[in-house]
Amino acid sequence: MSKIKIKDFNLFYDNFQGLKNINMNIEENKITAFIGPSGCGKSSLLKSINRMNDLVDSCVTNGNIYFDDKDIMKTDVTQLRKEIGMVFQNPNPFPMSIYNNIAYGPRTHGIKSKEELDKIVESSLRKAALYDEVKDSIHKSALKLSGGQQQRLCIARALAIEPEVLLLDEPTSALDPISTLKIEELLQSLKDDYTIVIVTHNMQQALRISDNTGFFLNGELIEFNETDKLFTFPENEKTENYITGRFG
Amino acid sequence: MKKNKSDLIRYLFFLSAILSIALIILISFFLFKEGTVIFKEVGFLNFILGKDWSPTNTPSSFGILPMILGSLYITLIAILIGGPVGIITAVFLVYYTKDKHYRFLKSIINLMAGIPSIIYGFFGMVVLVPAVRYLFPSNGNSILTAGILLSIMILPTVINLSEVAIRAVPRFYYEGALALGSSKERSIFKVVLPAAKSGVISSLILGIGRAVGETMAVVMVAGNQPRMPKGIFKGARTLTTNIVMEMSYASGVHRNALIGTAVVLFMIILIINLVFTIFKERNVNG
Repeated sequence: MSKIKIKDFNLFYDNFQGLKNINMNIEENKITAFIGPSGCGKSSLLKSINRMNDLVDSCVTNGNIYFDDKDIMKTDVTQLRKEIGMVFQNPNPFPMSIYNNIAYGPRTHGIKSKEELDKIVESSLRKAALYDEVKDSIHKSALKLSGGQQQRLCIARALAIEPEVLLLDEPTSALDPISTLKIEELLQSLKDDYTIVIVTHNMQQALRISDNTGFFLNGELIEFNETDKLFTFPENEKTENYITGRFG
Repeated sequence: MKKNKSDLIRYLFFLSAILSIALIILISFFLFKEGTVIFKEVGFLNFILGKDWSPTNTPSSFGILPMILGSLYITLIAILIGGPVGIITAVFLVYYTKDKHYRFLKSIINLMAGIPSIIYGFFGMVVLVPAVRYLFPSNGNSILTAGILLSIMILPTVINLSEVAIRAVPRFYYEGALALGSSKERSIFKVVLPAAKSGVISSLILGIGRAVGETMAVVMVAGNQPRMPKGIFKGARTLTTNIVMEMSYASGVHRNALIGTAVVLFMIILIINLVFTIFKERNVNG
């Protein structure tokens, strides 16, 4: 079943066309990876799904993205971002305690009761496999955590608002291999409850964790298929050149 | 030859650098030398806690508590109005303006900083005093009027320093908050501003310093009565205006008392700067 449907989607930065006529369906409770060389548009597409591109003044789009059959441009943007959480390339915990980082989202959406917040904080940390490491320092600054822990905290923070979709923009590119592995395991365990879209530079990562993969080049979606098929029998020559390391 | 020349230039630079340090030491030295005479004559505590300032009476009385409180109340009003307005303006400059408008606004704010205080005083006299007189039953020359005028005058200080502090907060905090479905305003006020807290507070402290030291504009709207302040719609005298109003004719003990007033003012400014430095350091350290 498709959670997100992208139809005839174009995106421009001033006169530069960043995405050209993208059509794809992102399936529920699957991990979908976007791969491709730098500047191919994969991050632009990811940021279009929760409308973070609204922040870029020069960015204009046409075509439609549907989330559960609702047009995202016609949805209230704060509600949309509550349902579609995002994790960024560089871990960006707020300069406050671990607890307040996670409680920020729920508080934003109206939860005030301390007991309820306590519960959310604990369960989010557990879901992000961080609870055991930080349970004694939950009121200490989040900036004291290691990079990998910070990124898992950001995932916990995104989960705390109970989204249905999780967007991750190269979440491990700033992390060491062990932290990367932990995050990959985490994503695997989360996909039963969430629809996950991950942008990655790392083809091995896409191969390891994703169910479906889209290959982007120069703003076009060259090929979109089940990950196994795309990596073993690519239909398009450009895909084959890319995954065999001939460019990119 | 070449080495001598570069040595010479180095010494020249060194001299310029120590010139300002030497000057501040010189100023402090003479100020304290002349200003502390009165402390010996009437006693430091009597001087700063005395409620009666009648330098020309016999016997004369030199208590500057009315002026200390006058400065305090006027500064308090200035920062209560100018602080929030300044911080919100800084937020506006960073998060709500387009480049073109930003440059225009920024040049206006810098112009505000360059206007001589006597011009502000004039504006206060012809606009604020009548306005306060009209709105509240009073003669218009009051603590409130001076406070409002100073709140305008400290805006450039508060705005510019807060803006720097807010701009220094990494953009990804803001984006991270938005991505959680937080509104623009909530993201700014709950995440960005707290992250800029120490810089914003130092902007307020510097604004306070500017308000405490202001003289010419205050003398034109504050009423200048040397008595204990009797409410914000009544006139009051500040430390600065006490000096400027009487220095031209004072002599002897009276003159010493005015220099003593300057010493007290100087000490207040030193304390404010010390607090400012502490907050700035904290900003650097995280």
